[in-house]
Amino acid sequence: MNDFAHIGRSVQRKEGRAKVTGAASFTDDLRIEGLLHGATVRSRVPRGRITGIHFEEGFPWAEFVIVTARDIPGKNAVAHLMLDQPCLADGVVNHAEEPIVLLAHPDPLRVQDARERVRVDVEPLPAVLGIEESLRCDPVIWGQDNIFKTILIAKGDPEAAAALGHLRLDATYHTGAQEHVYIEPNAIIGEASAGGVLVRGSMQCPYYVHHALHELFQLPLEKVRVVQVETGGGFGGKEDYPSMLACHAALLSWKAGGRPVKIAYDREEDMACTTKRHPSRTRIRSAFAADGTLLSLDVEFLLDGGAYMTLSPVVLSRGALHASGPYRCPDLRIRARALATNTPPHGAFRGFGAPQSLFAIERHMDEAAQRLGLDPADLRRKNLLCTGDAMATGQIMRDEVDLVALMDRALTEIRYAEKRAAYPVLNATDDPVKRGVGFSVFMHGGGFTGSGETMLNSVAALEGTAEGQVRVLAASTEMGQGANTVFAQVAAEALQAPVDLIVVAPPDTGLVPNSGPTVASRTTQVVGKLVLDAGLAMRKTLLEAGLLQDGDVGTAIRTYVARHGALRTESRYQKPDFVEWDDATYRGDAYATYAWACYAADLRVDLVSYETQVADFVAVQEVGRVLNPTLAAGQIEGGVAQGIGWGLNEEVIWRQGSMANHQMSNYLIATAADLPRIRVFFEERPYAYGPGGAKGLGELPMDGPAPALLNAVQHALQVVPRQVPMTPEVLMDLVEGG
Amino acid sequence: MRGQPSLCDVLTPRSLDEALSLRAACPEARPLAGGTDLMVPFAAGRLPDRLFLNLWGLEELRGITVSEDEVTLGALTLFREVAAHPLLQREFPNLVRSAKVTGALAIQSRGSLGGNIANGSPAADTPPSLLAYGADLELSSLRGARWVPYAGFHTGYKCSLLASDELITRIRLSRSREGGFHYFRKVGTRQAQAIAKVSLAAWGRVAGGRLQELRLALGSVAPMPIRATGTEGILLGQPVTELPFEAAHQALQADISPIDDLRSSARFRRRVAGNLLLEMLRGLGPA
Repeated sequence: MNDFAHIGRSVQRKEGRAKVTGAASFTDDLRIEGLLHGATVRSRVPRGRITGIHFEEGFPWAEFVIVTARDIPGKNAVAHLMLDQPCLADGVVNHAEEPIVLLAHPDPLRVQDARERVRVDVEPLPAVLGIEESLRCDPVIWGQDNIFKTILIAKGDPEAAAALGHLRLDATYHTGAQEHVYIEPNAIIGEASAGGVLVRGSMQCPYYVHHALHELFQLPLEKVRVVQVETGGGFGGKEDYPSMLACHAALLSWKAGGRPVKIAYDREEDMACTTKRHPSRTRIRSAFAADGTLLSLDVEFLLDGGAYMTLSPVVLSRGALHASGPYRCPDLRIRARALATNTPPHGAFRGFGAPQSLFAIERHMDEAAQRLGLDPADLRRKNLLCTGDAMATGQIMRDEVDLVALMDRALTEIRYAEKRAAYPVLNATDDPVKRGVGFSVFMHGGGFTGSGETMLNSVAALEGTAEGQVRVLAASTEMGQGANTVFAQVAAEALQAPVDLIVVAPPDTGLVPNSGPTVASRTTQVVGKLVLDAGLAMRKTLLEAGLLQDGDVGTAIRTYVARHGALRTESRYQKPDFVEWDDATYRGDAYATYAWACYAADLRVDLVSYETQVADFVAVQEVGRVLNPTLAAGQIEGGVAQGIGWGLNEEVIWRQGSMANHQMSNYLIATAADLPRIRVFFEERPYAYGPGGAKGLGELPMDGPAPALLNAVQHALQVVPRQVPMTPEVLMDLVEGG
Repeated sequence: MRGQPSLCDVLTPRSLDEALSLRAACPEARPLAGGTDLMVPFAAGRLPDRLFLNLWGLEELRGITVSEDEVTLGALTLFREVAAHPLLQREFPNLVRSAKVTGALAIQSRGSLGGNIANGSPAADTPPSLLAYGADLELSSLRGARWVPYAGFHTGYKCSLLASDELITRIRLSRSREGGFHYFRKVGTRQAQAIAKVSLAAWGRVAGGRLQELRLALGSVAPMPIRATGTEGILLGQPVTELPFEAAHQALQADISPIDDLRSSARFRRRVAGNLLLEMLRGLGPA
């Protein structure tokens, strides 16, 4: 039953037509008078002391704008959680590709040529190039001990509980870095002078960029303005990096007397220099009773954060909070650390630490099932969280949720029981193609972790226009995921107005309130609720003014604005009453709510080529109310494709702390030929605090595919895969012996 | 883009004769056909060449002609044209399949057989099929034209018999493939638009229960596309019911010399090349 006029309907994308026809203007499409083109000279070594910067003699350097660390008016730092990352390396470099010198010129080709004519002399220092070296503090490259952040989540007495275990299992899992491969590489245009700073570009979080520019130039807040331009995908890759790029473009402009400067990375530079998913190492020690009851978990979760802190502590937090999976476990300990290495800083990527830790626990459950002689589904049946159970942080499961039913629906759709029995028989023949079926059960917390949403203190507003339209004012960005459309649906629902009456204002910090960053599956669930409430408030205002008798909202708004000069309502985040969180002890409600899912995969492994082909994929999830079925299914399919890529193919090859395969011909994402039809199913259980009952869903589909695939590989080949990507090369070693 | 178009010059001849004159006069001009290989390093700023000889408009290098005994393909024959040709589909299926797995449609509509050969990439998709079919190449210069067996054309990594004043002008395949068998398989990093990690193409003929003819060729396992002549020698003349799998497998390992690179490992390439050989031989089965 749908009691809504707009919610739950596949309303067409607001900006869809402009994108399809090519009318949409991305940053690199903007034509700007007097524009200079910027380029970056970077470190070639992972760590060292800068001993000299040389500009080739006889080259007309006078034509160029040149910026080094010395030209920075304020503090030389890109402000994120800390100020440890310089905007331009000064004296030392801490990772390959670290920016050292900026150049700008009116001719984009000249500036590329000039980049090759700057020589930076660096005396190399010993570098830390992985988690193991960082742990050994060999050498110390950050702080006292290479540790950005430590988190401990503890409950009960895991040692004592493990002693009673029938099965004790100790296994270590690894996941690799992953490149976002958004369609549009990073691009920013900066204009900066004593009068103020204006930055326009491709980004997820205008107010993050605003904060960084404010710190860099030490100008009053109102003198810094950041505008998001149409953005061709982000996936987390445009959460923190645009702050760096904005600082660079603005610095060049500052030096050039305020002329606009564009820096648009090409694909190679974007892949080599910008953030990736954090590589991880997860050790799980578990104990199970003979009947499969999970008795204890001891998890050590480690992330490679790269050379500077950036967002690593927050990624670590989400990873740690998902590390015990959707399971009831009375005695557990989760110890998590984010470590410094001399690689470009790893950053946000859809899932934000959760895919890494969920991969480990979901593989571990299948290993345990095999050792216990149980079917993986039966093992989960015994241990899945139920309403009223306590999670790792002591959070009580308030939502009505039936994970066993969710799992069974996925298993029925993929015909799990039948294939589980039939495939081993087929696989016993000499056909080199082996079949397997596997699945994963998982969750994803919606919104910022713990008290994060309270600290963000987000605001969204609606504004009536003189023409009788309604403008949504929010800093949340459209980057292809459908935020504009969902905001319009929600606002229209609240106002009981047609969707076409709603327009979404471009995110411009000079115009929109800070509704927080466009991350963490929070835009629909949290900001959408603010838009809904602002809409309800506007309707109330119009009703009280006696303007809605004939029901035409547009006319009512026009009349109201004509009479009163303006019509604006806003809404500020209020945490659901029950949410309690203690950052010091990591106890309480880690997230106000979770989306839940079971993903199942049926695959073939060809032992001639060691290639894995996914034949069928089922994604069943509960995400509260689905606001726009087409957009929601698109998010799930895209996330699954990205998850399959991470699980099987996408391998970042590191050489001396630098991505060696930074081209799309050597870093291969899945094509349509590599993907099965992805069958998407939603269970709808409205969430009381989301707009129309919606929860966040953007990151969820990244969490489940990799473990489901590798569980199916275990079924097909009777091997124990513990790392992603499970490339044919890795699989060959597993099958044939290393 | 990091390539510098303003620093480059392109010579565009209007006839093959003019092209050969320019080739002789400016041996430093890099022949440019479809450009699908050259434009990648150019855009990345990694192509050292500054002068190009643009062959794209030369009608003399286009077209597929069929006679009773032969098929002759102009060097500018596009992958798309190979893939769509009914006679090639019937008689040279390996060539058609390898053309179809070369890049995407856009590449197949621009990339040419001659360019693929001249570029000399060990990972190119069509050369193993051309080797398996015993193709000949016509090399032309102002001095005249000569036909050479493609099997000896590549002499090392990106080295060939092509003289500095010569162009590849035609590719010739002999017909009479009746009763033969064809095997082609490319193993890439994904199912489409991938560069080969290993590929194997074979053509042979079984008569009187024995393997009477066999040509085996591989890509991405040596500095150039190669014929596995040692392996062919072990297998030729053997009864198909008792093929020496183990000896053939060993011979293949001696024929190839793969390396570790960004796309795969030497170990993987050795093992998969062996697996492909065995798959091909099993397909021969008891005749």
